[in-house]
Amino acid sequence: MSKDRTIANPSRRRFLVVGAAASGALIVGWRTVQAQQALPYLGARFEPVSLGVFVRIEKDGEVIIGARGCEIGQGVKTSLPMLIAEELDIDWTRVRVEQLPYGYIDTDKGPSDKYGDQGAGGSTSIPTAWKDLRQAGAAARWLLLVAASAKLDIPAGQLRTESGSVIAPDGTRTLYGDLVDAASKLDPPTEPRTLKKPEEFKVVGKPAPTVDAREIVTGQTQYGIDAYLAETLIAVVARSPWIDGEITSLDDAEARRVPGVKDIVRITGPKPGDAIDGALADGVAVLATSTWAALKGREKLKIEWKPGAFAEESTESLRRQADELLKPANADKAVAVRRDGDVDKARKAARKTIEARYGVPFLAHATMEPPAALIHVEKDKVLLIASLQDPNGASEVINAVTGIARSKIEIRMPRAGGGFGRRLKNDYIAEAALIARQADKPVKLLWTREDDIRHDFYRPFCVFQMAASLDRKNEVSAWSAHCAATPRNHRDRGMKERPLWNGTLAPDDFPAGLVPNFDLSLLPLESGQPRGWWRAPVSNATAFAVQSFIDEIAVALKQDPLALRLKLLGEPRELPYHGHGGPVFDTGRMAAVLNAAAERIGWKRKPERDRGLGIAGHFTFGGYAAHAFEVSAIDGNVVVHRAVCAIDVGHVVNPLGLEAQMIGGTIDGLSTALNLGITLKDGKVQQSNFGDYPLLRMAQAPIDVEVVIIDSGKEPSGAGEMGLPSALPALTNAIYAATRVRIRELPIGDQLRKIL
Amino acid sequence: MQATPIHPAKPPVAPTAAKADDDKTVPLRINGRAYSFDGDETMPLLWYLRDVLRLTGTKFGCGIGACGACTVLVDGKAQRACLTPMKALAKREVTTIEGLAGSELHPLQQAWVEIDVPQCGYCQAGQIIAAADLLKRTPNPNDDEIGKISNLCRCGTYPRIRKAIKRAAEITRERAAREGSKS
Repeated sequence: MSKDRTIANPSRRRFLVVGAAASGALIVGWRTVQAQQALPYLGARFEPVSLGVFVRIEKDGEVIIGARGCEIGQGVKTSLPMLIAEELDIDWTRVRVEQLPYGYIDTDKGPSDKYGDQGAGGSTSIPTAWKDLRQAGAAARWLLLVAASAKLDIPAGQLRTESGSVIAPDGTRTLYGDLVDAASKLDPPTEPRTLKKPEEFKVVGKPAPTVDAREIVTGQTQYGIDAYLAETLIAVVARSPWIDGEITSLDDAEARRVPGVKDIVRITGPKPGDAIDGALADGVAVLATSTWAALKGREKLKIEWKPGAFAEESTESLRRQADELLKPANADKAVAVRRDGDVDKARKAARKTIEARYGVPFLAHATMEPPAALIHVEKDKVLLIASLQDPNGASEVINAVTGIARSKIEIRMPRAGGGFGRRLKNDYIAEAALIARQADKPVKLLWTREDDIRHDFYRPFCVFQMAASLDRKNEVSAWSAHCAATPRNHRDRGMKERPLWNGTLAPDDFPAGLVPNFDLSLLPLESGQPRGWWRAPVSNATAFAVQSFIDEIAVALKQDPLALRLKLLGEPRELPYHGHGGPVFDTGRMAAVLNAAAERIGWKRKPERDRGLGIAGHFTFGGYAAHAFEVSAIDGNVVVHRAVCAIDVGHVVNPLGLEAQMIGGTIDGLSTALNLGITLKDGKVQQSNFGDYPLLRMAQAPIDVEVVIIDSGKEPSGAGEMGLPSALPALTNAIYAATRVRIRELPIGDQLRKIL
Repeated sequence: MQATPIHPAKPPVAPTAAKADDDKTVPLRINGRAYSFDGDETMPLLWYLRDVLRLTGTKFGCGIGACGACTVLVDGKAQRACLTPMKALAKREVTTIEGLAGSELHPLQQAWVEIDVPQCGYCQAGQIIAAADLLKRTPNPNDDEIGKISNLCRCGTYPRIRKAIKRAAEITRERAAREGSKS
């Protein structure tokens, strides 16, 4: 405690530290405020982020909670601290939240994460935190109770807590702030504490606005792209337009003459065919004193490239490949994902077999904040400030590039301008490190929008050949989905340890287990394009194919599309679900969201002239979502008159945030279905910016998205991804209802305008 | 252009020092303070704000005026900073998100917080500036008029943006009534 004396007001500056190690064990201790000082080079406007703790209780009762997750717009900077606050039993309005840095630690057993899992992917932040962060809050509360017990000489079992105070049987209140000193001298609990019952929740389940909304709307929030250090050089990179392209000649003389340009360096991507776990491509980086000078310098570079092996690739050639692979003669090339019963036999016995083919394109992430990274590589240490989704991976990548020990790599992860899976790849961090290693100053790498659209890890291109056989009772007796796709599992480190279909298809997705004869198979397409994780991976493509096809079956059977879905789901029960989102798929929860969406939109009414209703539901990563839309498409112009999203993610942590995620997911789904696709020609991406990759604008978006939350009280899933997948087929199903035109190829683009 | 970044709290040139008679300098005002720019005149305002003044509330999103993340007010009108060269700004008054609030939050900023509009938040400064321009011209915009705002939001916050703009119009009226009752 002697260090405290060096601080101006030591009495106020000691605070309780509660942390959860990756093992799940709790670390509770004391820290001084010294680690909290804002680093001077960040400038006075940057909030100190090096908190290093989850909970800090000032003696005046102010509670500061560290937010460990990567905030990419999914709301974890608000929702994760809520879980701690709940178990700590403090008034949420008295909590101040601070973003934590990445918490790498070396242990006897190897690398570990001081704060637990800090990544943002797969909608796992809430389900993970539901277990460990509530315990962190409960442990802090327990220490305060024990301290109060000693102080008041009353057994801890007779004390209770409420809103930041310990309350004695006679009603006497002792503020947490008055117990901090004593609590600090106690050993942390060795056993997990009993957590609150849901009916005792005071913070969880109540709407909580974004904790830093005020900073955002006044322009004070600093995203990764907003960080500068003194003497920072801005870097932009000219990358190979072809995957595995190589530089054959470089003339940078003119670029070097641009005022402000300080240096030009080369970086290398992976060897052809190797795992893409560093930079994505070979390139030439221009370093300058301003972004403008760097951009002008890049324009003056004269580079000749030798394209890689996929220089001839085009969207047309991919389609031809898919057509060929999906011929029955090539059935032996199909990689089984799940097979039940005997589809061929059922088909032969069937009264009728319905077939349809659906296609979805490559998609770019197009986060509003493009990839960027500020990095300072020194002889024996590194500082990275960047918008991230996978800080652990960023640390690994920097270590691989620089050789500097991970414990000497400091990573700050400010609020990110969107993620959508783009930042699960740390190629831009590797690039920044490769450049900074060759510079003696801090480097800020900036990707332009053109860089971003053309050099992404795209959502896989997929063509689904669907077939459903109907027996004499018009029951679906066989279901097959043969998906010709560029597998997401491509040039990944550790790729061979996972099935090829990992990240492209999911074996137990609906209607697996509900149709006796079932075949889900992957037919892998050859493609050079990098593939990655894009919001609701797998689901963002399969939901469109499956939920469109269900509608087509309903039409063929002259059945109500909702009724057919409910009939297939059958009695409420849990089916085994292997893979992310499992271990079970609950048919009852799926039916409940479908029914809720149908009820809200008024499914049974006859919509007014020229309008149609469409519905779809999908299970994504443990969450159940259904969409229902009312649309018109007069002259091919799609108007969404009403949009409903019903959602069950189990216990709701922050209903305001959950509603936001569903509104956002729904609009993202509409944007994607209506407008978005990446196409290839001569081995290159044809799109470049928002002109030809047109995200939905306000005028095209529904005025409102009506969100119906079903609190099933089950273990919570996350919420970042569930709101998207069923939006796409619900839209095309509604378009069919309004126009009798079936969209089988996304994006919709001008298909309807050509027909209607 | 200044070699070293200058925090906006310390403008590089005192207000009285801004001269219009020097061909190579561009005198302009940003958030009420005078500046004199003497760098590459073709540089877009966006990079002057961000790289030089460190007014990073104005965001880079596309560089072609398509997304609106860099929207600022120039003489009160919404304009894309990424397409506005410094030479076009002589004697102009620029307002960025950092300069929008007065003694209290701008009604739009207050409404944005009340309605909890931001998700990632990256585009919101541009959205608010675009909405400020709209409200100035159209104090009570209907949905069609609000729909003319063309700024992109990748998170899909549009429905809450609509609600917040309508709420801001109300706040403006409430404040006017409050001021009226004082006088």
